[in-house]
Amino acid sequence: MRVAVIGAGVMGLTTALALREQGADVEILERSASLAAEACSRFAGGMLAPWCEGESAEPLVVRLGQEALDYWPRHVPAERLGSLVLAQRRDAPELDRFARRTDRFERLDEAALGELEPDLAGRFARALFFREEGHLDPRETLKLLAAKLEAAGVPIRFGVDADANAPAADRIVDCRGLAAQDRLPDLRGVKGEMLILRCPDVSVSRPVRLLHPRFPLYIVPRGGGVYMVGATSIESGERSRVTARSMVELLNAAYALHPAFAEAEILEIGSDARPAFPDNLPRIRRDGDRLMVNGLYRHGFLLSPALARMAADIVMNDVSFPEVTR
Amino acid sequence: MKAYDVELGSRLLLGTAQYPSPAILADAVRASGAEVVTVSLRRESGRDRAGQGFWDLIRDLGVRVLPNTAGCHTAKEAVATAQMAREVFGTAWIKLEVIGDHDTLQPDVFGLVEAAGILCREGFEVFPYTTEDLGVADRLLEAGCRVLMPWGAPIGSGRGLSNPYGLRTMRARFPDVPLVVDAGIGLPSHAAQAMELGYDAVLLNTAVAKAGDPAAMARAFRQAIEAGRAAWLADPMDARDMAAPSTPVLGMAFRE
Repeated sequence: MRVAVIGAGVMGLTTALALREQGADVEILERSASLAAEACSRFAGGMLAPWCEGESAEPLVVRLGQEALDYWPRHVPAERLGSLVLAQRRDAPELDRFARRTDRFERLDEAALGELEPDLAGRFARALFFREEGHLDPRETLKLLAAKLEAAGVPIRFGVDADANAPAADRIVDCRGLAAQDRLPDLRGVKGEMLILRCPDVSVSRPVRLLHPRFPLYIVPRGGGVYMVGATSIESGERSRVTARSMVELLNAAYALHPAFAEAEILEIGSDARPAFPDNLPRIRRDGDRLMVNGLYRHGFLLSPALARMAADIVMNDVSFPEVTR
Repeated sequence: MKAYDVELGSRLLLGTAQYPSPAILADAVRASGAEVVTVSLRRESGRDRAGQGFWDLIRDLGVRVLPNTAGCHTAKEAVATAQMAREVFGTAWIKLEVIGDHDTLQPDVFGLVEAAGILCREGFEVFPYTTEDLGVADRLLEAGCRVLMPWGAPIGSGRGLSNPYGLRTMRARFPDVPLVVDAGIGLPSHAAQAMELGYDAVLLNTAVAKAGDPAAMARAFRQAIEAGRAAWLADPMDARDMAAPSTPVLGMAFRE
């Protein structure tokens, strides 16, 4: 079977790989000229944190997200060092609320936190430690996935507008993200802003969420003293433009985690809009001859392994998955 | 209650921020019975109508939208945001917030009065987020406001009514002005207390949005507000210092 996958973001790449592994003859069509040039995956945090997400996401996200923890280490270098949730003293009630709404964590006191992350010793009285969670570098991951696909005989054709050039294939899987609003009228954009800092003075080895009553923020180590700080969540389909307000909030979070972040070098400021349905849950939907896979919201790297598996099973084996075919 | 000549059946006004998803927000609004929801307009979303996806979802709820100027720190910012909100939502209603202190989010009452004056002259129907200060209330009414919204406690704190005495005084001083307790409500009992003081309505957001089950909490608030209102109308008894037996003891048999 010949399958065309439209879109080379994390959803398109994982779907193409899943289809290839099931024996399909796959090609990927991507509108932009190079890998991840226009994909919101490029700005992802890369946290593989299904249980943390359970604080505000539906149980489906927690369940499907657990597949990512086994999936990614099979394909790319992904860390399984766990993740930490912290709150400043004045926001202590937020930590209690987070703990009530999640599971699979251990409570750490100041000393235990210091053992795990020596640079945070003495800075926070309490923490939650989600030992089983992990993280990865999204951009490195996209590159490695693309190389793996290439090696498996799946070409990525860049600069191709799939609507203008109807792909010659038996089936089409549409993984265009927010660009698929033309076929998914209930899809909306949720803007996120992030920044990348180089701060060799601070050594933190696992993702840290810093709770705050208004802005939950996280800091993900990328290795070599580089950190991603994200991300705002604004009801807006705007893809570019980062406001000073958002930057102040992100930088404040980094500074609250460790004052040495004040001396960090700002390497990049970025923003994009995530595709989301009204319940912020992903969907696989048939639209004529196309299978639409979309709505991963803030959970691209967390949910794409499970959705890719399902999409491939639908195409190749005609299996149905009612939990995502709403 | 009536707000700017609009008759409202529900005395709960619900904020739309911080819900886990728009679908859960919709469930909560339906469960609350609210006929008015507040929507925060950040100017970046107003530009090119980038927030349209979310606003369409709100509009589909079939409730009246009260846009707000959340996050504005000066009268000028608040006025600009209000003007954009009028264009986007097609309503003259505006919940006017001018924040004075970043930490407590308490209103800057000077900027508030200034912005209220400008907006009322421009034909807006202003719902000012204010304190229980009576002097400020007078100024807001002079500026043209016909509804006042004093705080219960700092925004998002969930502490309930910090100054019931001040709120009671305000109710007594302005018996004919629609008064809405806005901000600081954490529990249905807090909302009931505001209604028992004779307030016309309660505006809240975080207490529902951040609850484990927002729709269930919205229902609880609806019931509490109905109970508090009924209690106010029923003319509650006055508190006393000493016990007053509900059954007379004089002449009771076998009493020594």
